[in-house]
Amino acid sequence: MLTLRLFILQRVTALIMAPLVVGHLALMIYAIRGGLSTGAILARTQGSWPWALFYGTFVVAVSVHAAIGLRVIVGEALKFRGALLDVLSLAFCAFLLIAGLRAVLSVTML
Amino acid sequence: MMRPHRSHPLWLAYILHRLSGLALAIFLPAHFYVLSLALTAPNDLDGFLHWADKPLVKVAEFGLVFLLAVHFFGGLRLMAFELLAWSKDQKTLAAASVAFSFLIAASFLLRAI
Amino acid sequence: MAFGSNTLDVSVWRGDADGGKFESFQVPSQESQTILDVVVWIQQKIDPSLAYRYACRVGMCGSCAMSVNGQPRWTCRTHVQKVLRGRRVEIAPLRNLPVIKDLATDMDPFFEKWVRAEGVFHPTLTRNDEIARVSPVDQRRVEADAAVECINCAICYASCDTVQGNPDYLGPAALNRAWTLVNDVKDGKRSSILEAVSQEGGCHNCHSQGSCAKFCPNELSPITSIAGLKRETTKSFFGRG
Repeated sequence: MLTLRLFILQRVTALIMAPLVVGHLALMIYAIRGGLSTGAILARTQGSWPWALFYGTFVVAVSVHAAIGLRVIVGEALKFRGALLDVLSLAFCAFLLIAGLRAVLSVTML
Repeated sequence: MMRPHRSHPLWLAYILHRLSGLALAIFLPAHFYVLSLALTAPNDLDGFLHWADKPLVKVAEFGLVFLLAVHFFGGLRLMAFELLAWSKDQKTLAAASVAFSFLIAASFLLRAI
Repeated sequence: MAFGSNTLDVSVWRGDADGGKFESFQVPSQESQTILDVVVWIQQKIDPSLAYRYACRVGMCGSCAMSVNGQPRWTCRTHVQKVLRGRRVEIAPLRNLPVIKDLATDMDPFFEKWVRAEGVFHPTLTRNDEIARVSPVDQRRVEADAAVECINCAICYASCDTVQGNPDYLGPAALNRAWTLVNDVKDGKRSSILEAVSQEGGCHNCHSQGSCAKFCPNELSPITSIAGLKRETTKSFFGRG
């Protein structure tokens, strides 16, 4: 289920995300004060390249990381193997990638 | 009932890491969908954020913050064990991950309410 | 101790590869009695058809491991008094291995994985060469030393949920053996071993649950050995080892 390449990809994406998660946690604790509103979020994020880059990187890393994690769980729990497992992992990765990048673009660029 | 071969700290750390990862992976599409509303239906997003001010939703968010934090600390512990050969005190480190995650999630909750 | 007044209620799994069920036996309790003593007593006094495996009786050969109250243990060194629940004890074959009959499991898949993990010594010298000198304080020798006292009892293999979820997974014992050879300066095929443990079912499937180290009767730490393999294979992937 996990070969050396997938193992390394899993760890590399984890290391990329480590500082991003710290930032995300800090941001949540900071921004939740007094509730959230669409206007308040967009005022901070709209047209901001740094936020787009921060969360764009996050989305790419998490899509790969989550797809590999789910691949292992599905393989062990449901005994899926081979091509079926490959297709499912890639499909989930692509789905997260598209949905995530669309969300990032929605709040930063468009 | 817990199977006897599973009732030890590192197995519990493993299942916590697996379940938190699974929960986060299931949560992500919903998270992305809600944020996309900013583009497609800003009024719906505002409606959602207003709904999210309810106390019960805040508690659920506390849970999500905890899951993210515990997956983060648990992952760092695993990588330190595998790649930096920190083989000592793994049980203590696993317990510390849970404690720190509660601390972070509680800080979030206290500011949210 | 008085016969009959102090009796153990022993539940023993009976069956074969097609399935089976627990059967109850009343066994007289004795001082310093081991689980293996109980199994032997049942076979000699009650039912000669009970199948199980043992050889040395002193914790060296690794052949008598069974599941005692749901936990894998070496039965020759497990005192009944330590595991008794009231008067009851449950004895079953090891998990994660095919059952041949009753308490005897088929160890073939377990040992086939040792070979698949390249857990065999690859010599570089002949009998005509000088004996290679290995310093006991050499870092690699210290790593190998910590992992070398394995008695092949398969307790780690039976306790591992990753083996259960992924029957292809080489398992703690085979990977622990591979780690001792990776650290053996006399072994001539270090890179082949790292290659072998990086295949589908290799060391990277380990989730560090640590049941292997928790239940190893010789207090080895296969989880640490496997982490070592993960580290060395990663290094060699990036061309640094």
